[in-house]
Amino acid sequence: MSEKFDVIVVGAGPAGSACALTCAQSGLKVLLIERGEYPGSKNVMGGVLYRKQMEELIPEFWKEAPLERPVIEQRFWMMDKESVVSFGYKGLEWAEENNYNNFTVLRAQFDQWFASKAVQAGALLINETVVLECIVENGKVVGVRTDRPDGDIYADVVVLADGVNSLLGKQLGFHKEFRPDEVALTVMEVINLPKEKINDRFNLSDNQGCTIEIFGDSTKGNLGTAFLYTNKDSLNIGVGTTLSSMIKAKLKPYDLLDYLKNHPMVKPLIEGGESAEYLAHLIPEGGYRSVPKVAGNGVVLIGDAAQLVNAIHREGSNMAMSSGKMAAETIIEAKHRNDFSESSLNLYREKLYDSFIMKDLEKYKDAAHTFEKYPQYFNEYVPMMNKAMSKFFTVDGTPKRDKQKEIMKSITKERGVINVAKDMYRAWKAVK
Amino acid sequence: MHIVVCVKQVPDTKIIKINPKTNTLDRRSAPAILNPYDAHAVQEAVRLKKLVGGTVSVVSMGPPQATAIIKKSVEIGADEGYLISDRAFAGADTLATSYALSKALERIAKIKPIDMVICGKHAIDGDTGQVGPGIARRLDIPPVTNVIEVTEVIEKDKKVVIKRKLTSGYEIIQAQLPCLLTVEKEINEVEYSPLPNMIRAAKYESIIWTVADLENVDKVQLGLKGSPTIVGKMFSPPKPEGGIRLEGTANEQVNKLMDLLMEKKELFTLQTTK
Repeated sequence: MSEKFDVIVVGAGPAGSACALTCAQSGLKVLLIERGEYPGSKNVMGGVLYRKQMEELIPEFWKEAPLERPVIEQRFWMMDKESVVSFGYKGLEWAEENNYNNFTVLRAQFDQWFASKAVQAGALLINETVVLECIVENGKVVGVRTDRPDGDIYADVVVLADGVNSLLGKQLGFHKEFRPDEVALTVMEVINLPKEKINDRFNLSDNQGCTIEIFGDSTKGNLGTAFLYTNKDSLNIGVGTTLSSMIKAKLKPYDLLDYLKNHPMVKPLIEGGESAEYLAHLIPEGGYRSVPKVAGNGVVLIGDAAQLVNAIHREGSNMAMSSGKMAAETIIEAKHRNDFSESSLNLYREKLYDSFIMKDLEKYKDAAHTFEKYPQYFNEYVPMMNKAMSKFFTVDGTPKRDKQKEIMKSITKERGVINVAKDMYRAWKAVK
Repeated sequence: MHIVVCVKQVPDTKIIKINPKTNTLDRRSAPAILNPYDAHAVQEAVRLKKLVGGTVSVVSMGPPQATAIIKKSVEIGADEGYLISDRAFAGADTLATSYALSKALERIAKIKPIDMVICGKHAIDGDTGQVGPGIARRLDIPPVTNVIEVTEVIEKDKKVVIKRKLTSGYEIIQAQLPCLLTVEKEINEVEYSPLPNMIRAAKYESIIWTVADLENVDKVQLGLKGSPTIVGKMFSPPKPEGGIRLEGTANEQVNKLMDLLMEKKELFTLQTTK
């Protein structure tokens, strides 16, 4: 029989590398298997990395990790066809090491570095290797079958960090095929732009970054968001909507991105840039109710494979890392007990449900559903807000109090008083 | 049989950019890979090992991160990998490189006598093809270039039968062992490595030597000092001109095409070499 490991981690993204790192640090024999040419070569995200969960894994990671810019400004745009209502926060405290909040990153570089930390801790990393299936004996996962010759390899626990589609999780029957409203399809581009231009256009210094989340016309009024993030000398721009909205509105993702790039509110910010990369990926946005069974006999699911994404707050990589760490801690304890059964590994599930991850997902369990079912939030209220602001700020001799009345009247006229009240209550209930 | 393969880490020239100001390669723009010809060289050594038994070692000269291609060679099936890495080797042209590698090979031969050295035909970042023959000359063994097949290894007579690619056709020759081969891509297909090789490579720690670990080294012949080559100028080759699109009816198009071909008929006359 071939060599046996304590843990095999399938997939070297943030979840997999976090799990491999934590296991290796406690002396477990870890094999980390990645299908891409190198970790990160196939991974996609908008580009915001959160400090807190990363710091729990690697203290002071910002001193050596390949990061782009610490984010010091977060803007939110409610965008109409030729206007935008903007609000946000910019704080210089976020530019200080002690208060770094989050960073923009390029995943191809970051994931490679993160996996290398797991390797330094003692994990073995194998690239360009596809895991075809879990090897199941007597109802227990005992290893994985790869696509390589002599490709079977065994371990006490197999950690599935194989991403949103988690074919391995599906094979084990842990989750079903997605419904189109459980996943978002996001397309993005990395646009090279000289550092000086980025600093000028976004009002930043060299080591300061800005994120803009864009709602409304960025998705032509469909459920979804667009984003524009500043890297050192490039921008990440992307847009995503749920697959169901895309089907219903007959949208093509690349058309949507083109529309966004040519939008008069966006175009001046990216003008003159050179498109360097084009990426597309599914995001698991089903939330609380879509989280599958996460532990079985000899196997656990982490990160996107366990559908751990908070679509409302665009958090995912942090949940991936935390879930990887919790899974690792569970495996380390299971190793002490020498018990890798489902009941032993279910401790991971408990940790997960006790943490911010499941608490946050629970909070927003109805949000996506509400916004999907009642599209007026995106396609009616955003334009209404724009009209209202335009009216309010236009100086035409009308007394301000009359303006306010007029604005309220126009809003209630369009949707009716009762409907507006209903809409407000529904939205509040979904995110309370 | 002990076969040693010389390998080089190169930027992937399929995607590398040239800095338009300095006309030099922008090495950051492309990932570093095992020179593709060298991958075939390692594969051939592994194939021969399976046939007649023995050991496959690889040797490279380069910065510490070149251990990545030694690991890659272990994935393909090499048993040991040596990297000579020292500031003193930096800036070497093909003359100084072949000198340094021949010294490394002499050192390896002390651990285990060498029966065959295999190199790729050339490295894709320089395309010179000089290092292989340079090593053979210094080790005083026969160089056999442009090999497309190792037909037979006759161990008891210490001979190999080899097929070489020529400009027109090929030739079959016999060479005395030890000898040095430089191989073409046609020689084999680089196989998809078995999982145990991948795990072994992930664990493998390359043997790293500095100048001090080599013997009888004339330091003047190393690195920039030992490199008489001067690069006078570098330029990107001109972009090929676009083709011509012929419009009109089928007949018109054929007639236009015939006219064009007749204008360039000298391209189609047989050229005889004197």
